[in-house]
Amino acid sequence: MTAVSRELPRAATSVRVARQEKPYVNPYFAGILLGIVLFLAFFITGNGLGASGGMNRLLVAAQDLIVPSHIDRVPYLLDMAGGDRNPLDSWVVFISIGTILGGAVSGWQHGRMKVEINKGPRISNRTRLLMAFIGGGLMGYGARLARGCTSGQALNGGATLSVGSWAFMFAVFAGGYMLAYFVRRLWN
Amino acid sequence: MTPFPLPLESLLGHWPSYLVYLAIGFGFGYVLEIAGFGKSTKLAAQFYLKEMTVLKVMFGAIITAMVLIFLTSALGLLDYNLIWVNPTYLWPGILGGLIMGVGFILGGFCPGTSVVAAATLKIDGLVFVLGAFFGIFAFGETVGLYEEFWNSSYMGRFTLPQFFNVDTGVVVLGVVLMALAAFAFAEYSERVFGKGLLGAQPRWRLGAAGVLVALALVTLLIGQPTNADRQAGLAVVQNTTLNDRLVQIHPGELLSYLNNRMVVPYLIDVRSETDFNAFHLPGAHHVPLENVLALAQELQFLPRNTLFVVMSNDETAATEAWRILNAESVPNVYILEGGINRWLDTFADAEFQAAYRVSAAGDDQLAYAFPVALGARYAAADPNPAAFNLEYTSKVTLSVGRGATGGGCG
Repeated sequence: MTAVSRELPRAATSVRVARQEKPYVNPYFAGILLGIVLFLAFFITGNGLGASGGMNRLLVAAQDLIVPSHIDRVPYLLDMAGGDRNPLDSWVVFISIGTILGGAVSGWQHGRMKVEINKGPRISNRTRLLMAFIGGGLMGYGARLARGCTSGQALNGGATLSVGSWAFMFAVFAGGYMLAYFVRRLWN
Repeated sequence: MTPFPLPLESLLGHWPSYLVYLAIGFGFGYVLEIAGFGKSTKLAAQFYLKEMTVLKVMFGAIITAMVLIFLTSALGLLDYNLIWVNPTYLWPGILGGLIMGVGFILGGFCPGTSVVAAATLKIDGLVFVLGAFFGIFAFGETVGLYEEFWNSSYMGRFTLPQFFNVDTGVVVLGVVLMALAAFAFAEYSERVFGKGLLGAQPRWRLGAAGVLVALALVTLLIGQPTNADRQAGLAVVQNTTLNDRLVQIHPGELLSYLNNRMVVPYLIDVRSETDFNAFHLPGAHHVPLENVLALAQELQFLPRNTLFVVMSNDETAATEAWRILNAESVPNVYILEGGINRWLDTFADAEFQAAYRVSAAGDDQLAYAFPVALGARYAAADPNPAAFNLEYTSKVTLSVGRGATGGGCG
């Protein structure tokens, strides 16, 4: 199932040795916990959660460093990083940094911090990584088009009863299920 | 007054307030990881009906958060008006969703879960993140080609209770029951397609479902606060503010803001259509008093440098509108002192006043008999600020406010 590279970085090896991989928690339990995090995000800040927004702003910050004049010609980018605006001066960036930290801490704690590629049994690593890049590209593009990803639209808008977010959520599942049969080789 | 959401920026300062978001993000990443969302094969299994973890976690989270949000709102702890509800852009959302569904089944992640996968050193997660960066970059470069579509089918803050035209509590209960039905289906499908490999489900889930249904019922029974409830809760504060005349601004102060490029004035004229047509200020929005409440939700999320000024012929109707908007937590709302009559007394020339000034027929009635309905084309509607040397006490202070700051995935 899992292909682990033979040449693991030293840090990863030691972590792997130190920790026994533990099973994931029950999905209903995880759902309730995630719901509580989501509720607290709204209750305390009013803003909810987000992921693709933070990635977007990191990217714009990099673009602003390399080609600032380009930013000033594209209205969509201008809105975030034009003039003296700092694209990193946004709550969603800090949510993303926290997400990385939280994921890393839990992965380390539960012995799941290891270099590996998860894939279906019938495809090569190269195919898996190519598909991951293409899928990521579509996800990134679609998330900006839809003004939010699974967290920023589906979780936030789902819990606050936004009509558009519910329509979006069904569209994501519809898109996935429509194609799932044709790409079953990737995962089964 | 509802204590939540907290005014983080004024409590902690601008950059320190981001620490709260860092903590929330930490919880988010941690929970995604323990749910198994850092593992692409687990996520993709959802689409082959063998393992419905994605559905269980997502809907479990949505109904838990939803019930808590609307329960605390019903109890008067949380102001629903101040939390971010994703605005609806129907077709861009659906098209983006379909593209994301395709990306999900090919790539095995969504953006949030790929971040967690990369953080736990999964190479496929890392490559997915790079792909997502590329997609985001491509969007920034191409959105200009079809910006019209991207901004189309905009419906604003449009919620399911409005869509179905039923009480919020009914929708909350309905969504909980729908999710429970989906869970039952998921368990059935796991038994059939997953061949029972996941083992027995814990019994406590039935108790948890019971608690959620019970809380949804309580939410339905209490009901969401109406504008009247909100005004009643704020009565003392509102009366003090109005009696101390803290929000009634002099015509001269309004004029100075009409010519201030740092502030965007939003003028709300609540008079009758006849009076409005006869004379109004340039750019004023005509909003009859009965429509003010519906407008409140739109005003909620305009930029923070928007200055709302309500006006009637004198102050009675404008004050009523102020009470409604203030109770709905619209920030920075002021009343034009003395209304349109005082404005004309201040800015119309002597000749005009001699010809058309009459005594008002009653409280809050127009004190000018306009010969023709020229609206904003009378000279007095757009006076030259340099021509008047007025003395007044400035009252406007634009507050940073609290609550959502243009949230979603902004």
